[in-house]
Amino acid sequence: MTAAGGIELRGLTKTYRTSSGPIEAVRGIDVSIEPGETVALLGPNGAGKSTTIDMLLGLLPPDGGTVSVFGRSPADAVSAGLVGGMLQTGNLIRDLTVRELMLQLASLYPRPRDVDETIAEVGIEQIAGQLTQKLSGGQGQRVRFALALVTNADLLVLDEPTVAMDVESRHAFWTTMRQIAAGGRTILFATHYLEEADAYADRAVLMAQGAVVADGPTTEIKAMVGTRTIRTTLPDVALEQLEQLPGVGHVERRGESVALACTDSDAAIRALLGAFPQARDIEIGGAGLEEAFLELTSRA
Amino acid sequence: MNTYLRYELKRTFRNRRLVIVSLGFPLVLYFLIAAPNRNEHDLGGTGISAPVYFMVSLVAFGAMNAVLGSGIRVATERQAGWNRQLRLTPLTTRAYFRTKVIVGYGMALATIASVYVAGAIVGVRLGAAHWVEMTLLILVGLVPFAALGILLGHLVSSDSIGPTIGGVTALLSFLGGVWFPVGSSGVLHYVAQALPSYWLVQASHVGIGGGGWSGTGWIVIFAWTAIAARLAMRAYARDTGRG
Repeated sequence: MTAAGGIELRGLTKTYRTSSGPIEAVRGIDVSIEPGETVALLGPNGAGKSTTIDMLLGLLPPDGGTVSVFGRSPADAVSAGLVGGMLQTGNLIRDLTVRELMLQLASLYPRPRDVDETIAEVGIEQIAGQLTQKLSGGQGQRVRFALALVTNADLLVLDEPTVAMDVESRHAFWTTMRQIAAGGRTILFATHYLEEADAYADRAVLMAQGAVVADGPTTEIKAMVGTRTIRTTLPDVALEQLEQLPGVGHVERRGESVALACTDSDAAIRALLGAFPQARDIEIGGAGLEEAFLELTSRA
Repeated sequence: MNTYLRYELKRTFRNRRLVIVSLGFPLVLYFLIAAPNRNEHDLGGTGISAPVYFMVSLVAFGAMNAVLGSGIRVATERQAGWNRQLRLTPLTTRAYFRTKVIVGYGMALATIASVYVAGAIVGVRLGAAHWVEMTLLILVGLVPFAALGILLGHLVSSDSIGPTIGGVTALLSFLGGVWFPVGSSGVLHYVAQALPSYWLVQASHVGIGGGGWSGTGWIVIFAWTAIAARLAMRAYARDTGRG
């Protein structure tokens, strides 16, 4: 079965009623994903990523707006076996081996991938015979990835897939992911790591506070939120002086140290050292996405 | 047999502790209660011998527990978020419920068979037709418990589902006459008649050549099934949230 049309989210809204009043988790978002595209859904915690994914998958009914998955409703797409997912929450059910669990899940799909091949692709041969309750957190995460793959679904949705992985398995994960993306599958993954979106997605959709604040090629997004922060010990210098340096946006002081949020950290560090050679303990770091988003949303 | 069901059965029966407790508990109770009373031929004026009465009452107890046990599996799957994973698959709601019910019945059949064997050891002798008819009645009588188990599995969290099901079983067993026959009059009698557990235990009348259930019995079983199934469906539909 070939996928006709891609993923269309139109005017999607969702409000949760809580004891402390309603929370607008998603406030009217529009997103289109072409078949075969790999899209990162990027945003800090609480941005509405998981709620959006739940509505896309038909796990949560939207309050307003429409979802179309390959021209069908989410429920129809799910029953046609077009959707495979790796959800953020969740453990594996117990008392089956990894291989048995994969066979069980694969049997529900119309044209699953070969279980043993998938085990080899994901590199979990050593744990294939183990009972699921004996796996470590990282192993469990790889098994969940293998489960998403074995469905051979046209749309793969991965909600923060690398969250419990160490650097090595994170790398292996994305390498496998890339090989699969090459197969014309549509992939949507949520992440709060800008680097992941940059390295592995064609496009990133940025969400903050329930709204899409940017949507475009990852290079573009990166330029928008790719601010860096310079931290240095620099007493007795007025903040205004620092703010006038080229490439520096906002400056904050914490005791003897200052933090310079930069739009161009290369220019800023050169100017800083030129103007204030006494600056010590210099660190340059990527700004947290949260900070970048706050900046983006306050600009909007 | 479909693959999904096969692995569900496999993983349920692989849980050794569960299997030992489910099968062992009714057996031990049966030997403790029935064996000392093996010569009692008219238990509490029922006209039924103690070994037959308690065989069926403990079958009812064990099978009730086994079928309600589906609720434990539902609750733990919900707690693990596995139900969300399953909802991304083409597995239909109906197939999900059907599988849970079949697995519960699988466990119940194992309990029924083991207590029957214990009955035979203590001295229960029935004609083949009686064994079959009695078993069929018990299997029908378990239907509302299957629905109830699934309902509780969706309402109760995984850390309290064990005690909840234990409590429900204990209460329904007590009021339904598992431990001693319910008198033929009085408040308790009327309460008991409205319970599906009472009718499960009443299947023992078949064993002595008595009739099956009265019309009331069929109505009670049907009503409990209809209500519990409806509520279970609703609980399932509402249960899309995380964890």
